[in-house]
Amino acid sequence: MIITKKKPFETINESIKPFKRVFIVGCGTCSTVCQTGGEAQAKELAERIGGKCAGYAVVESPCDMRVLRRDLAPKRAEVDSADAIVALCCGAGAQSTADFTGKTIIPGLDTLFIGKIERIGSFYERCRACTDCIILETGGICPYSRCAKGLLNGPCGGQVQGKCEVGGYQRDCAWVLAYNALKKQERLDVFKKYRPPADRSRKPQEIVTR
Amino acid sequence: MREAFSRLISEIRSGKFVYTGEIAPGKTTRVETLIESAKALGRHVVACNVTDNPRARANMSSLAASIAVQERAGVEAICQMTARDRNRIALTSDLLGASALGVRNVLVMSGDHPSLGDNPSAMPVYDLDSAQMVELVRRMVDDGTDLAGNRIDGKVRIHVGVTGNPNADPLEVEIAKLERKAQLGAEFIQTQAVFDIEVAERFLEAVDGFGIPVLIGILPCRSSRIAEQIAKNVPGIRVPEEYLGMLRGAEDLNDQASVEERVDLMNEEYFSGMVSELRRTARLAGVHIMGVAYGRIVGRIADGVERKMSCRVR
Ligand code: SF4
Ligand code: SF4
Repeated sequence: MIITKKKPFETINESIKPFKRVFIVGCGTCSTVCQTGGEAQAKELAERIGGKCAGYAVVESPCDMRVLRRDLAPKRAEVDSADAIVALCCGAGAQSTADFTGKTIIPGLDTLFIGKIERIGSFYERCRACTDCIILETGGICPYSRCAKGLLNGPCGGQVQGKCEVGGYQRDCAWVLAYNALKKQERLDVFKKYRPPADRSRKPQEIVTR
Repeated sequence: MREAFSRLISEIRSGKFVYTGEIAPGKTTRVETLIESAKALGRHVVACNVTDNPRARANMSSLAASIAVQERAGVEAICQMTARDRNRIALTSDLLGASALGVRNVLVMSGDHPSLGDNPSAMPVYDLDSAQMVELVRRMVDDGTDLAGNRIDGKVRIHVGVTGNPNADPLEVEIAKLERKAQLGAEFIQTQAVFDIEVAERFLEAVDGFGIPVLIGILPCRSSRIAEQIAKNVPGIRVPEEYLGMLRGAEDLNDQASVEERVDLMNEEYFSGMVSELRRTARLAGVHIMGVAYGRIVGRIADGVERKMSCRVR
């Protein structure tokens, strides 16, 4: 899931000031689960904004242009009447909504990470979309998102009793977790293997199959 | 065997027991104090580590300070290089500059995370990790290329060392990591500060088969207050109660002048005893003496170790 958190209402309220009418787009997938952009949150924001609000729609997955088209169709008039959209979804959803509507997008959420949800309020970052998944070699532990330094060859000198120096020794050191997992799987040879520098060039990616 | 470019490596290879010290460039444009400390240390050590922004504080560049120390104090530098602030382009570039200007030893490490430092919003780079930095140096020195295989004009003359932490818990992960770095071609290990002889012995035994010289790190403290701060703020170092008690005992006097002397004597005895004992029981290439504004103890410990060793031989 894409984990998001709400921007404070005051921030959103300040952002909408220059606009006459705004429409709210929520997300029926990740942001609904995070309780940041579901039906309840979209409705609540619409009420707080009051008269300026042209309406709201919770799009099943606003990051998908086809679904945007389908789910915004019934609200065509309200969307058209607004000069800006408040997006209660992740950055990808917000930009897709901008592309689809051609209107100014006011992000209502902050996108945090790709993560695991244990329960509402417990979210754990699990992937940085590195483009070359190596968790088979790391006991199923992602070093890019779970090691504060994204190291590829074992823990740094900052781990103490399996805890990470970053954040005051609260979080588990990813590489001690990886070591223990591989040890349990009797695959320590994989830990000891040298992993050469990765391609970290991170060019903007667009996949277009013609 | 690879060619020796530095005094540090030549002396280690000749079987001489080596002492290294450490200086930390500050957030300053002045090099005078640095040069003075280096000169004082230079009388007792073969080479001096120059730290690379420890605790992620933005200080004077370790490479610039290393060059100053070599040229103005005449002391060989071990230039510390972290992976924290530079990607592989910048690291390659600094290594070329280091080699060109006569810096012959680097100590590579990942480096404390920026969030612990004085610019906590800085981007953590870590494009390479310390193992990959060993590979970078090896490629530059042995193959005459950078990591991508691009040719370098001129010979790169640099030795690469790595850090190890004998206090690490779990220790087996630390050892596995060092084994890999030894296989990659790291040429020496300098360790985090050790206060406890058993901790040092356990570590030396574990890395003994890797065929890589080890300099055990020690950190004499000039007051119990400093020792307590280290115990509290650097969780990777274990300061035993016994050492703290001895420091407090030495401080338990009214006369300030004799307190200083008693603390120095206590540190001299404690560490020279520990190091000479280790030299007897384990394979040890040298000792790396760190300290917080405590340069004067370095010579005393080095002399103390040598005295104890010559007594034993006789
Ligand atoms: S290694 Fe980590 S960042 Fe890369 S794809 Fe796998 S989980 Fe994601
Ligand atoms: S302590 Fe572990 S998780 Fe934290 S930065 Fe170091 S290696 Fe990564």
